[in-house]
Amino acid sequence: MDFDNGKPIYLQIVDFFYENILMKRWMEDERIPSVREVAMMVEVNPNTAIRAFNHLQDLEVIYNKRGIGYFVSEDGYTKVLDIKRREFMEQMLPDVFKKMTLLNISMDDLKNTYNQQENEKK
Amino acid sequence: MLTVRQLSFNYPNSRPVLKSIDLDFETGNIYGLFGKNGEGKSTLMKIMTGLLFPKSGTSTLHGDNVKKRNAESLQHVFFVPEDFELPSLSIATFEKVQSPFYPKFSKEKFYELIEEFKLYPTNIISKLSFGQKKKVLMAFGLSTNTKVLLLDEPTNGLDIPSKSQFRKVMASAVDEGKCIVISTHQVRDLHSLINHVVILDNASVIFDQPLETVSEGLWFGKASNPDESSILYSESSFGGKTILARNDMEETEVDLELLFNGVLSQPNKINAILKDFHHGPRV
Repeated sequence: MDFDNGKPIYLQIVDFFYENILMKRWMEDERIPSVREVAMMVEVNPNTAIRAFNHLQDLEVIYNKRGIGYFVSEDGYTKVLDIKRREFMEQMLPDVFKKMTLLNISMDDLKNTYNQQENEKK
Repeated sequence: MLTVRQLSFNYPNSRPVLKSIDLDFETGNIYGLFGKNGEGKSTLMKIMTGLLFPKSGTSTLHGDNVKKRNAESLQHVFFVPEDFELPSLSIATFEKVQSPFYPKFSKEKFYELIEEFKLYPTNIISKLSFGQKKKVLMAFGLSTNTKVLLLDEPTNGLDIPSKSQFRKVMASAVDEGKCIVISTHQVRDLHSLINHVVILDNASVIFDQPLETVSEGLWFGKASNPDESSILYSESSFGGKTILARNDMEETEVDLELLFNGVLSQPNKINAILKDFHHGPRV
């Protein structure tokens, strides 16, 4: 079976955290918004926001200082980079490869398009 | 906190609107109350706030029968009905007259919301549009800080920016130990806020589950080659959205519209799957 499905909201909030950490908007050892602030920001039930916080805490991307709030872990950036790289390699690339086979696009075609884009940037 | 037991109701000379309803509403949750038109959602809310009396059964708040209309209990409840009449007073006078009934009323919050909704304390309420009147009542309701807040079609008549403001306010309200019950057909406006679904049909509760249980047990989306036997409900036979038993599949976001349609057409199948989860259904 192949599925095209909606990602649970709590995981979308997790992605929002990842983006902020990767873009260095949230720095390591810096305090991040509270559960309530995040719930208001993204307009969700605080219970959903808590799930995202718990998930990130389990992955040791963030940590909780009792009574103060949540902080990005000391090695939070590296952790997120690892997670997102793995996600790219294990989830996104297989889809790309599948499409490449379907559309008969070779690795060379891919390389050329990549180089072309890099040149245009310059 | 708010408990409904064996509650039945019918309007004079009509069929029953509610039959033997059992429900429990607890703090820290936002309940979504769904049902087709005329299935008794508004009636139930009116009974839970003492505006209508049940034919039999009880609705209690902290053990106190709402029917008795005790001021000590009713000061903990606020109800924003779908249709309402407001006096031709200024917003400020309305606040002065009404707020003493609610001991935890926050004047500061009220005027903050009034400002956010682009209204002025000097506005005469009867001269405002329907949407603006609704905003006044909603701002008032949210500022009463009652333990129970019942909202009947809260987003009807609200413009697009106000819907977003409304969601933000709701998201911040719930963790203050409140119990919020929202009846709505505008599922898209509120799906990210609701964490417990109650569905009424044929005057009965046919579904009563926390969303956590729903997302543990069910899978929502488009399945390209589903195994016929695993389909619990499908919108159309070709490429439509389906509900499947989740089993070992990845968690998906609960599609409330699909869930509603699915439960109306296959209540037994869907409830049977969810019965096995530990959160303990009551249906």
